[in-house]
Amino acid sequence: MSATQQQFCTFYVQGLLFGVEVETVQEVIRHLEMTGVPLAPEVVAGLINLRGQIVTAIDLRRRLGVADRRAGELPMNVVVRTGDGAVSLLVDEIGDVVEVEEKDFEKAPDTLSSTSRELIRGVYKLKKELLLVLDTQRSVNIGATAGNENR
Amino acid sequence: MDEFIQEFLIEGGEILDQLDRDFVEFEKNPTSKELVARIFRAVHTLKGTGGTIGLKKLESVNHVGENILSRMREGKLSVNASITSALLKMIDVDRQLLATVERTGEEGDMDLSGIIQSLSAMLTAVESSPPAVPVPPVAQVAPKVGEILVERCAVDPVSVAEARESQRSGDSRLIGEILVQNGAVPPNAIQDALQIQSESHDDSVASSIRVDVNLLDKVMNLVGELVLARNQILQFTSNQKDAAFLSTAQRLNLITTELQEGVMKTRMQPIGNIWNKFPRVVRDLSNASGKLVRLDMEGSQTELDKTIIEAIKDPLTHIVRNSLDHGLETPAQREAAKKPPQGLLSLRAFHEGGQVNIEISDDGAGLDLNAIRAKAIEREILPSQQAAKMTDREIANLIFMAGFSTAQKVTNISGRGVGMDVVKTNIEKIGGTVDVSSVRGRGTTLKIKIPLTLAIIPALIVTTGGDRFAIPQVSLVELVRLEGKAAESGVEMIQEAAVYRLRGILLPIVYLNRELKLTPKPDSDGDGAINIVVLQADGRQFGLVVDGINDTEEIVVKPLRKQLRGISCFAGATIMGDGKVALILDIVGLAQRASLAGEASGHVPAAKEELAKADEKLESWLLFRVGESGKLAIPLSMVSRLEEFDRTTIEHSGNRQVVQYRREIMPLVSVADALHIPAHAVGDGPMQVVVHSTGSGSVGLVVDEILDIVDQHVSVARKIDNACLLGSAVIQQHVTDLLNVPELIESIAGQGRTA
Repeated sequence: MSATQQQFCTFYVQGLLFGVEVETVQEVIRHLEMTGVPLAPEVVAGLINLRGQIVTAIDLRRRLGVADRRAGELPMNVVVRTGDGAVSLLVDEIGDVVEVEEKDFEKAPDTLSSTSRELIRGVYKLKKELLLVLDTQRSVNIGATAGNENR
Repeated sequence: MDEFIQEFLIEGGEILDQLDRDFVEFEKNPTSKELVARIFRAVHTLKGTGGTIGLKKLESVNHVGENILSRMREGKLSVNASITSALLKMIDVDRQLLATVERTGEEGDMDLSGIIQSLSAMLTAVESSPPAVPVPPVAQVAPKVGEILVERCAVDPVSVAEARESQRSGDSRLIGEILVQNGAVPPNAIQDALQIQSESHDDSVASSIRVDVNLLDKVMNLVGELVLARNQILQFTSNQKDAAFLSTAQRLNLITTELQEGVMKTRMQPIGNIWNKFPRVVRDLSNASGKLVRLDMEGSQTELDKTIIEAIKDPLTHIVRNSLDHGLETPAQREAAKKPPQGLLSLRAFHEGGQVNIEISDDGAGLDLNAIRAKAIEREILPSQQAAKMTDREIANLIFMAGFSTAQKVTNISGRGVGMDVVKTNIEKIGGTVDVSSVRGRGTTLKIKIPLTLAIIPALIVTTGGDRFAIPQVSLVELVRLEGKAAESGVEMIQEAAVYRLRGILLPIVYLNRELKLTPKPDSDGDGAINIVVLQADGRQFGLVVDGINDTEEIVVKPLRKQLRGISCFAGATIMGDGKVALILDIVGLAQRASLAGEASGHVPAAKEELAKADEKLESWLLFRVGESGKLAIPLSMVSRLEEFDRTTIEHSGNRQVVQYRREIMPLVSVADALHIPAHAVGDGPMQVVVHSTGSGSVGLVVDEILDIVDQHVSVARKIDNACLLGSAVIQQHVTDLLNVPELIESIAGQGRTA
């Protein structure tokens, strides 16, 4: 892999292709049973038991402010490492690990909604589609935004 | 870093701690030969070991100190404060050197000439007056047996030195033999000394080893996981018939429990580990401020989990410094207040109800509540009307608010207004509580309650809204189940607030599903029963209504991530036997949340305090209503029970209303009639009766409505010209008449006689 190349673990949320750097992903697992947390910010889907470790699951659909999954559609877990331990991001579908070139990178267009612009660091122009780079740290950092009314 | 140096750093730290304590002890007891010998040995070890592993600076400083101590040991130098201070300063220098070594691996370039000079000065002062007989430096050459003998006063040091001298000049006998043969010591004393020597040797080898704390933490975590796995296995056993499997599971269960206890014990440390440094702190501070202080410590063997010990170290030190600086007065002030010149600072620790209690009290000036109140108003921490309403206890607890100090001047010890709030935060962080009480002129007491351990706790598992929640057993008082008719009418409402009469006492009721905004599941068993979990939060009880009560279980507490840390209702999460996650309720947080929701009006902080903490010194009052608006109160101590009587059960005896109550005839007294309050329209509902029992029997006071029970200092604000009333007071922001029960009964009895 040359210096200008990066590997991204990709997944879909409401038809959009997102990616996070492969190094930050701890693992990808199928749907796990969740325990809801009353009074929690609504982006927190619940807590999962990841082999004895309790991990907070954050629903990326809610985090991005798009419509909820239809009933019966089970999300997948993308477990990412953050400064505050592992956090699971709930996504619709898992994609491949893709390699991207630095030259294909562009900043997120200004026309995106403000929430999306906050979470999307930029866009890689792949051959068939666009890969949106998700800022994991900001995605799991919900203290300042959605959590306010519950504090 | 070099393994030897590592080991020496740990050992050196322990030696220095011990030296601190010994010196303070020594100042009080300057004639103790044993203490000087002990101090001498410790300094000697520091010097010797330090020199061996190449810490030359440490060696040179302690060498001078050792010389002074050796003179003291020989009785040629009498101890005084300046010598002790100089030696203590030397210990501080040692500490700095060790810290530098720990950080950098080397001694650094600290300038030691000052301290060495001041120590040498002490020495030359002695040397200049030449000793009558040159005594050889005993301890440096005396072997252990000799040292032990000298310590036990079995032999004089000179004989030991002589024996040693003859050994050196070719005598091949053991020192004990020489001494016995010289007639300096009886043979059995040598036997004893050898015994002691071998014992002390055995101790150091066999009884303890050093273990890396990280390793212990790891083991602790693994045991936590094992407990979870055990819980999971035990769940399977319920539908298994294989006897061999069942007995194996049973054994696994027992062993896990024992292992868990054992591992917990390895992490337990006596609180004395923190307290040990206080004598030195107290000595230094009292010398600096010219106060006389006696430090009293009780229960230093009380054990706590290591993490908790670490967490309370700084808060405790802060409180002790505070007590010394603000609490205790100077000898002159104390004598003026007719108190002994020496102040008392006492530390007490004990186990109670699964918690560790620590009390720090002084017999000093106490808190100036008026000054605190004034300061609070001045700093705009609370509005003046509210400050006027607050009880003394609430005022005293204002010292825990940020930026609060009433110290007249800022000293270098304390008084900068940072600290007590940090103390409170730190203690609350580990699930503890802190409370202050003070009597002006008599002293101040701080009470700290902290959990024994944080990692594995027994908990009651309940369900509500289809989810499981764990309630720490520490907060649990009892379980109440209301079925059938009791379930329909058991919980009564006072405006928005639900209450349940638990053995005649009103218990505030909190619905878990409402607090957590859960949608209640349709009642699965359909019997409409109500489960009330009676909980204790900071001294106040309340009932938590849940859908179902499952079982008690040992749970492993796992902290919540920062996304959820802001929710005060949860203390953490745990993994249940079936592998699913359950949240652990924070009872104090829940109580506070419930009271906040219930009291939307202005006086929230005081009310919150009231619910969260009750003081045993406060009196409890029963509030009730008579007539349209008459609010009355009687001390709860005069209330035996609260009863309801169907109006049809009331009978008459003479011209009095009576009921049959517990196989006796109980006269009923209408409070409204006795006080000539216009009678309230009599409804069909049951009659509310407050039963008051005296030696001669019970009397039922008929009231219209029971309102509440409050804990409050009640001061009579207005006297009333009616013998049946003690006066009026303000309770819960309402004017309330205080009923004089004996007088009321007497007056009714009088009426009965005349009628």
